Amino acid sequence: MLWLVLCAIVFYVAGGFAAALAARSDRAALITGTACAVFGSILGSGASLAVLLGEAAGSVTARWPAPVGQFQVGLDGLSAFFALCVFLVSGLSAVYGAGYLAGQHHARRLAPAVVFFDLLVASMALVVIARDGVLFLLAWEVMSMTSFFLVTFENDRDDVRRAGTIYLAASHAGVVLLILFFTLVAQHAGGFGFDAMQRATAPASSGALFWLALLGFGSKAGFWPMHFWLPEAHPAAPSHVSALMSGVMIKMGVYGLLRALTFLGPPPAWWGLVLLGIGVTSGVGGVLHALAQHDLKRLLAYHSVENIGIIALGIGLGLLGQAQANADVAFVGYAGALLHVLNHGLFKGLLFQGAGSVLRATATRDIDSLGGLARRMPVTALTFLIGAVAISALPPLNGFVSEWLVYVAAFRAGNSLSPAWAFAGLFVAPALALIGGLAAACFVKAYGIVFLGEPRSPAAAAARESGWLLLAPMFVGAALCVAIGLGASASLTLVSEPAAALADLAGAPANLEGPLVAVSIVGAVFVCVALLLALLRARLLRGREVRTAGTWGCGYVHPEPRMQYTAASFAQPLLAPFAIVFRHVAHTRAPEGFFPRTASAEEHLGDRAAIAIEYASGAFVGFLGRLRAMEHGRTSLYLAYVLATLLVLLVWHALRFIPVVRV
Amino acid sequence: MTGFVLHLVALLVLPPLFVGVLQKTKAWFAGRQGAPLLQPYFDLGRLLRKGSVYSHTTTWIFRSGPIIGLASTLTAGLIVPLVDARAPLAFFGDVIAFAYLLGLGRFFTMAAALDTGSSFEGMGASREAAFSALIEPGLFCILAAMCLSGGVASLGPAFSSLHVPGGVPHPAVVITATALVIVLLAENSRIPVDDPATHLELTMIHEVMVLDHAGPDLAFILYGSAVKLFVIGAMLVHLVIPVSAAGGGTGLAVLMAGESAVAVLVAVVESAMARLRMRRVPQFVIGASVLGAIGLLILFFRGRA
Repeated sequence: MLWLVLCAIVFYVAGGFAAALAARSDRAALITGTACAVFGSILGSGASLAVLLGEAAGSVTARWPAPVGQFQVGLDGLSAFFALCVFLVSGLSAVYGAGYLAGQHHARRLAPAVVFFDLLVASMALVVIARDGVLFLLAWEVMSMTSFFLVTFENDRDDVRRAGTIYLAASHAGVVLLILFFTLVAQHAGGFGFDAMQRATAPASSGALFWLALLGFGSKAGFWPMHFWLPEAHPAAPSHVSALMSGVMIKMGVYGLLRALTFLGPPPAWWGLVLLGIGVTSGVGGVLHALAQHDLKRLLAYHSVENIGIIALGIGLGLLGQAQANADVAFVGYAGALLHVLNHGLFKGLLFQGAGSVLRATATRDIDSLGGLARRMPVTALTFLIGAVAISALPPLNGFVSEWLVYVAAFRAGNSLSPAWAFAGLFVAPALALIGGLAAACFVKAYGIVFLGEPRSPAAAAARESGWLLLAPMFVGAALCVAIGLGASASLTLVSEPAAALADLAGAPANLEGPLVAVSIVGAVFVCVALLLALLRARLLRGREVRTAGTWGCGYVHPEPRMQYTAASFAQPLLAPFAIVFRHVAHTRAPEGFFPRTASAEEHLGDRAAIAIEYASGAFVGFLGRLRAMEHGRTSLYLAYVLATLLVLLVWHALRFIPVVRV
Repeated sequence: MTGFVLHLVALLVLPPLFVGVLQKTKAWFAGRQGAPLLQPYFDLGRLLRKGSVYSHTTTWIFRSGPIIGLASTLTAGLIVPLVDARAPLAFFGDVIAFAYLLGLGRFFTMAAALDTGSSFEGMGASREAAFSALIEPGLFCILAAMCLSGGVASLGPAFSSLHVPGGVPHPAVVITATALVIVLLAENSRIPVDDPATHLELTMIHEVMVLDHAGPDLAFILYGSAVKLFVIGAMLVHLVIPVSAAGGGTGLAVLMAGESAVAVLVAVVESAMARLRMRRVPQFVIGASVLGAIGLLILFFRGRA
């Protein structure tokens, strides 16, 4: 099956180059790039699905002329699962992107977006099947660069260029740590091959290596507080790219972390605790900041931080279970985390596509100037609603299934681990409940203000439904959310092999099948009861007088759309108890003089972590600026630097031969 | 099978009765004679016979709100043990499904409120969102405490494990029950969190969200809130009274006695105190989380000792 995945990658690369060759014609570039992407996705997701269902995969090795590493790829359960996520979401985003970009026809050349999209997907697929540290890092770097070019696609806008710079800096800061990590592990294992790294005994400094992997991969995944680039970069990118980045690219960080953990030997329990801590802060911090946003795509980007937090909670519980030799807890924790990776890819892709459809129709991302779109864009509204219910982890959709698994892991940890760790596990449940409650509130806000009520601006009033190229992928995504939600036990088979491998088990424990079937039954019962009630209501109202009138305004006779509740007021009572989390920034210009002309008041809730990092990086750049005093353009002094360096090296080298100094 | 039928009958038929008990008690406190005990049934019947009025602004979301709200509450009612120790839909982890089904109903009630475009209903939805998000950790502390002592994340066994035969209730049970009372008051929009008798803008949460609903839709909403009170009340009854194992007629009798006691308790609280100021409500609601966490801690160390 591996060769099929390689074929899929070849398709994507070929699509990228073909689009580059056809760059003169937007239409040709779009068609070739998208067609290759769709073929690649069908091949790739089919192959990885087959491996997850038990097909043998194998591995391929080839030498290359570079002095280190080699071309080695393989497809085990973990790789196959992430490859499935990559190909599934990419295929949907590619089709959506074709429709989305075609609308931008006159603004700029479209070929770069197609080329880099295809290359980004190919590099992500290569990241998950790489079996060699050097190959992995190369693919990782290609992934960072291609996504940078996608983020800066609309580079005539100031905010987009700023977001691009932040993204580039953040991803390269992460890569430095990863290069260090792989070099150190390879030094210990005696080679860059993943097999050697896995076989080697646990390195003595596994704690330090764990931190390196956590920071390096965590900055890509968007763990708090390394998430700061995410709410900048994701809204700046075109919407199908936001869907891809938020849906799967940040999950490469999760994949990398899980893969790295297999190199570090049996985990101590505190690794689990660290991840639980990260999970709670990312989850609560992400959702609170999402509530404070009034830009629809920024809101969704902060929700990615929240969902990465939930994934981290699952991984943390898995590590705790592993550390305590409790394979049961470990399996459920990892299974929940992995299934949430897939689920989040599906519904976040769907939501970003929905946001893009709204953006296309109204040319604004400001939630408070939208409204009433459910009447004007019914399909977008329905699919966005399904995504919103799914991301709020409500039954009977897919988000509930994966969060249910994480809860079960927490309850099992509370019952069966040794006291200190059980305790930590047990308090995951209330934390996850808070995250879930806030997420539901946030999506009621997003959906309610954007799609319901009356339009708050002429642009929203004039909105039209998007074309079928945009709607079809959203429809498929929504259908998959429903399918995974109602087929909870079947979806477990997707993650059981990788989760069992991570938890050091031979196969999935049997005691999860029954409850998951019951989860499906609960969903089915709910759907049946709802349908019965809908029938009952229709039967009752048949033949009776059903009138329409204005909304009851408590006696007020001239309602105005601007009198509707806004997103900011909706979120206010929720944010008030958490005021300490935010940096409250207010700009007020009070009216002055006897005949005041202008006055304004504006406030927003800033992200303390992002502000702190901006400050720290500013200080660092200032420090580098001071080093520039050495750079003054006088060649003679430069020659003196060279001489001084040579002398120092010579002396140092010489000292090594004097036995007294060597000690 | 009889257990299942009994459960279904109790779930579908009994809830409005206890709303009647509640209202009768409140009337008695106010020195009035009050409406008959069965008045909630008459109200539902009257609403179900009516037509309906919808706002121009609303979409199918508005119409689906009451349906999904009632369907999710009824499904949640199949998870909580009522008469028997074992609910029809009992499984490992059912507590999570229970809490999230209530969340689903709330999601659509809030969405339906925003669908009217009225700022009053928007305000109600916003407050409902805020307080329900804050109550959720409390509910899960209570559920975790129950599951910890039961050894499984399922409501039936969790209840039966909490009771010491013939002894005084464990302090943790008392604390957890207190937390559950707060959750019950908040989830069912009762005083001191919300006032079910008014929809004035200063006090409104739940009532104002359903301001625009009429006819059968309103009947679904009223019936749904009666079922919700009944179901969470049943949790409280099972937590405090060791009834779970009874089943059959005895189980039903004890359940009805317990539910009446819960209704009277709520009525006493409503008659004795005023609604809290809006800014105080989060503190009250977070109190449930704190109490729940304390109960969880005590049970945790009891289990480990």
